[in-house]
Amino acid sequence: MQLTLWTYEGPPHVGAMRIATAMRDVHYVLHAPQGDTYADLLFTMIERLPRRPPVTYTTFQARDLGGDTAELFKDAARQAMERYKPAAMLVGSSCTAELIQDDPGGLAQALKLPIPVVALDLPSYQRKENWGASETFYQLCRHLVQKPGDKVAKARPSCNILGPSALGFRHRDDVKEITQLLTQLGVDVAVVAPLNACVADLQKLAEADFNVVLYPEIGLAAAQWLQRQFDQPFTKTVPLGSHATRDFMAEVCTLTGLPVPAHDPDNAHAHWYAKSVDSTYLTGKRVYIFGDATHVVAAARIASQEMGFEVVGLGTYSREFAREVRDCAKLYGVEALITDDYLEVETQINALQPELILGTQMERHIAKRHGIPCAVISAPVHVQDFPARYAPQMGFEGANVLFDTWVHPLMMGLEEHLIGMFREDFEFHAGAAPSHLGSTRPAADRAMPATTEAKVSTETLTPVSVQAVAAPAQAASNQATWSPEAEKELGKIPFFVRGKARRNTERFAQDLGVVTITVETLYDAKAHFSR
Amino acid sequence: MPIRAEASGCTDVVPLVERGQREVFCGLTGIIWLHRKIQDAFFLVVGSRTCAHLIQSAAGVMIFAEPRFGTAIIDERDLAGLADVHEELDRVVQQLLARRPDIRLLFLVGSCPSEVIKLDLSRAAERQNQIHQPAVRVLNYSGSGIETTFTQGEDACLAAMVPGLPSLAATALSNETAPALMVVGTLADVVEDQLRNLLERMGLQVSFFPPRNSQTMPAVGPHTRFLLAQPFLADTARALQARGAQHLPAVFPLGVEGTTAWLQAAATEFDVTPEVFEQATAAPRQRAEKALAVQREMLQGQRIFFFPDSQLEIPLARFVHRELGMDLVEVGTPYLHRQHMAAELAWLPAGTRISEGQDVDRQLDRCLADAPDLVVCGLGLANPLEAQGITTKWAIELVFTPIQGYEQAADLAGLFSRPLKRRLKLAA
Repeated sequence: MQLTLWTYEGPPHVGAMRIATAMRDVHYVLHAPQGDTYADLLFTMIERLPRRPPVTYTTFQARDLGGDTAELFKDAARQAMERYKPAAMLVGSSCTAELIQDDPGGLAQALKLPIPVVALDLPSYQRKENWGASETFYQLCRHLVQKPGDKVAKARPSCNILGPSALGFRHRDDVKEITQLLTQLGVDVAVVAPLNACVADLQKLAEADFNVVLYPEIGLAAAQWLQRQFDQPFTKTVPLGSHATRDFMAEVCTLTGLPVPAHDPDNAHAHWYAKSVDSTYLTGKRVYIFGDATHVVAAARIASQEMGFEVVGLGTYSREFAREVRDCAKLYGVEALITDDYLEVETQINALQPELILGTQMERHIAKRHGIPCAVISAPVHVQDFPARYAPQMGFEGANVLFDTWVHPLMMGLEEHLIGMFREDFEFHAGAAPSHLGSTRPAADRAMPATTEAKVSTETLTPVSVQAVAAPAQAASNQATWSPEAEKELGKIPFFVRGKARRNTERFAQDLGVVTITVETLYDAKAHFSR
Repeated sequence: MPIRAEASGCTDVVPLVERGQREVFCGLTGIIWLHRKIQDAFFLVVGSRTCAHLIQSAAGVMIFAEPRFGTAIIDERDLAGLADVHEELDRVVQQLLARRPDIRLLFLVGSCPSEVIKLDLSRAAERQNQIHQPAVRVLNYSGSGIETTFTQGEDACLAAMVPGLPSLAATALSNETAPALMVVGTLADVVEDQLRNLLERMGLQVSFFPPRNSQTMPAVGPHTRFLLAQPFLADTARALQARGAQHLPAVFPLGVEGTTAWLQAAATEFDVTPEVFEQATAAPRQRAEKALAVQREMLQGQRIFFFPDSQLEIPLARFVHRELGMDLVEVGTPYLHRQHMAAELAWLPAGTRISEGQDVDRQLDRCLADAPDLVVCGLGLANPLEAQGITTKWAIELVFTPIQGYEQAADLAGLFSRPLKRRLKLAA
């Protein structure tokens, strides 16, 4: 058993729902108790889907457990067939149905439906949402893809785009952006799947020359199978960021023999924005990255090579891709955190005191609590990250979006400079929030004896280690105390580095056995740690 | 205000009972408001990742306010053997209480998975009580989907607390104890304060259950008279009656008329004179009637359809029909408790189509055929219906918003008029 407050991923059958909902003529009959329909509102509310997800739940209750749950399932499947007339059906169990062992696959087979029925075996007590989506898409491909006839000579090479699904972070616009990019290169996009694909589309998957895998978490297993079965190569680069987009184009050109474009398209602004002098202040900003594996690996590269940040920590909740993320972390001299426990993430953020966090909805809240700027780069996300406007993450427009999104929570270079100059100014004093944080004040104004922190540590499920870190300095017996003058001087340091300054100074004092931290100690520590 | 006189009401109504796919929440969802009410309680669900995901989805952003609830997620090791599960659970509880020393009451909440594998949480609660008493009391109830629908989770939770309530006879100094009034069902603090004020103005002593803190549990005994503030408390009422308390039948305190009748039930029981009652209620009643009149103009004659959700549908239908002049197309409820609903049913117009349970596809067919002006439904159906040109009001807000009592009557009406107003505005 694992004590859990927040989960980064849902159960695997939610992943299966994401595939069924992405497609146009597939229906999912899910053996599940009353209440599991809550998952519908992830699609109707967060993604604002204007139709119900194509899922029929058997909705068994306690009184059904006597033995007619199998009959319930057959009725539900039969009725779903009559009502929705899908071109293919997915059948499977939710976590509770897995325990009552009714075998939806066998039951559905007994119905002899006139369409392909794909039985899903999704172990709910071992696996999670992304794995469920990946497995569902792979099984659909295995059941539906047909052997291509003799290849007809085509004027242009063609590819499929694999991986975009319902409830995917920016999948809608990424597909549009990458389709455009491929079309301009001279490649036709044959099928995009599962997003907006129908069964007939999946049947033709093997006819394309190669596959583009946009989201390995969902599309990789199917792409590997297509490669084994039909010798269809697939792209390994995910076009997130300007550099990766260029690499992706080069990879596509290698696969197809097309010429690599000589220069970037007109809309590639991010590169110049990052070079412009206002971005100088971004140099060496300490950034912490957490999310799904694909977005974390890509964000680390963008942060370090395209923004000039320093990656001080990264991690993922995608256990399936732990190795890739560990390898990526080595490039930046850090150790990857592989966890689905947000408390561990919070502990690490607390210890590192980054100046910017790139993460999920959860990191957004951790950042809010610690008064650290933050941008969202990965699912799980909330409703505001399914925007009405065009907002891809991939391709050159995606790179523009990323630049704006990441820089927005930080301060403009000039503003930061002014704060340094006029630290004591009535409008630029340490307690004033940066203009871009809107009305949210930094949560922990550490010039005050850490009252907010103390409150947080009693109010939260914080591991003991964090409590020790977060406790006010005076509370710990083996720690140096701050003289009033030093505390006041600390207050003059801009809030976005104050936490780090406090921690460094305390560590410095402890190492030297200093009992009372004076202004001198503060500046000695600053010199000692100066980057 | 003009109140419709109904010829016969719906007392003997035979509801349309349907079975099939249900688009409803399970009882775990009750945790979302229960944990805000009882300030030193923690709700530990013993279930799967699905349960954790559900609460997270339902709690929206509340999960980040460091709420007092969590899930002990069962994994494959736990499914291997039962003895192990109890040790694991003890470990998780130990871990939890070490982290949250401020918790005084811990609920082990059963889920579908824990019930299907027959994990005996009541025994676990007893065992943990022996370990953690007196610092922490451990109780258990089921919020599983196979047993409970949405608000029934609160019923199960309150019913689990009843046996542990202090005994009123024991707290009294003599046997001549005057009857005491208890109001049962979670209400927003602001509503609770208003109702307490009104009842005290009539000279009554009143306690509320659940309390805001586990250390101030109201006492119960043969002298207790209780009013239900919520319609979904069948088991809780039964448990209170088993402790000797007497239920005062009444409609529910929704709208002006409903609130007045609800207060009147207490006033009658405790022999409050009409003058005193009038004095206590006249001002807020007139205020609310005036505010309602504005809303009524918007809603009069509009046809409304209720999908089943919380068991609040029948009292709400009574309110929107009698006080706002809306026409009832269908009133769906997940469960119809005849006795607790008797007063409400008598006030519904004869011939109202009432349905119990759900086959969501067929109910949607009926709804589209009826083409109502306003549909009250869950969030899984709201946007899809809007996309088909039907105006909706999402039901869960009726559970999470203060709607009871005089001062909230117009707010409650506003919840129904706002989507219609918006439709007009956007069409203009």
